[in-house]
Amino acid sequence: MLRFAGPGAHRYPSAPPSHVMPGPRVSSPVNLPPFQTLLDAHGSAVHRFLVASVGRIDADDCYQETWLAALRAYPKLRDASNLKSWIFTVASRKAIDHARAARRQAVPVADVPEPARTNGPVPGEPGATPPDDGLWSRVRELPAKQRTALALRYVADAGYDEIASVMGTSEDAARRNVHEALKRLRTEYRT
Amino acid sequence: MTDLEHELRRRPPTADEVPDLSAAAAAAGLLDVAYATLDSPLGRLLLASTPEGLVRIAYIDYTDEDAVLEQLAAKVSPRILAAPRRLDEPRRELDQYFAGARRDFEIPLDWRLTRGFSRRVLEATARIPYGATSTYKRMATEAGNERASRAAGNALGSNPIPIIVPCHRILHGDGGLGGYTGGLDKKRLLLSVESGQGLL
Repeated sequence: MLRFAGPGAHRYPSAPPSHVMPGPRVSSPVNLPPFQTLLDAHGSAVHRFLVASVGRIDADDCYQETWLAALRAYPKLRDASNLKSWIFTVASRKAIDHARAARRQAVPVADVPEPARTNGPVPGEPGATPPDDGLWSRVRELPAKQRTALALRYVADAGYDEIASVMGTSEDAARRNVHEALKRLRTEYRT
Repeated sequence: MTDLEHELRRRPPTADEVPDLSAAAAAAGLLDVAYATLDSPLGRLLLASTPEGLVRIAYIDYTDEDAVLEQLAAKVSPRILAAPRRLDEPRRELDQYFAGARRDFEIPLDWRLTRGFSRRVLEATARIPYGATSTYKRMATEAGNERASRAAGNALGSNPIPIIVPCHRILHGDGGLGGYTGGLDKKRLLLSVESGQGLL
């Protein structure tokens, strides 16, 4: 026998009772593609961007926070013309929040030449940071705007127009942020 | 390009797989439509469910998968994620059905993609038992308008949950096979399964 969903038939505790569920929804003014489309198109680039911005260990949490925040806001979006820029804006804010929180938790220690690390293995120890993470740990110590612009440029393959759109700056400022980041890395990091 | 830029383009080491989002999205109440695809004796199927129940089955070798998902985005919610685990139950019941080991489906259905006369036609259709058949005229009558056989045919042709809402059990009054969205070969095969002849 067929059973039809009715009151009490909900299998998911998060579902509102059927009497408050709207029928076919009034279609939103913009035609939003299925969310999975965004995830398919940008999921791995967002993940790479977050690994570059906050490190491998914390990237997964940031990734989940990014996509859940995006999913929450998605049906209310009024402009679907640049979803790539939108999702990277969400991701870069999560990365910046994360870096800020990590810095607050860091315990400052006097006379330590290396910048404080909040978590993750200690460089040089067995099984620690992969050898080619050296550059990326420098990247993560850049000022937020420079770090974000650099990661967008080299990890997410964004153009300066896209970086500007993601970060809400002018293209000139985007270019400057990348330039300053490279300059700083060149003085601090030598291969 | 400088050495530094070259090195930056090599990118940081990342995981092979990015974390799966669907479980966390469902737990946060943000997964309005979960979907999965599966291979069946009728070709590739897309199954979609809402928190209320199964909302859509589509023959995606007949209707393009992207088109089905876009329709769900517009008519149900754009919060759609591939979440195969959330479709385990309907997949299992369908597998049993195709194997001839299940006559009735037990999963809850979400009827929101159909309304009015169409809905009444499909609800009447859902009451036809396994192995039995009925007619377009009879479905029109049960839905409240005995002269609306053609409209009943249209309602059945746009059945959002074929197989489980068994529109394949509706034939012409003269015994003719009638139509089937997805192809008449599928209708024949479903009727054959239900007559005990199995998958031809």
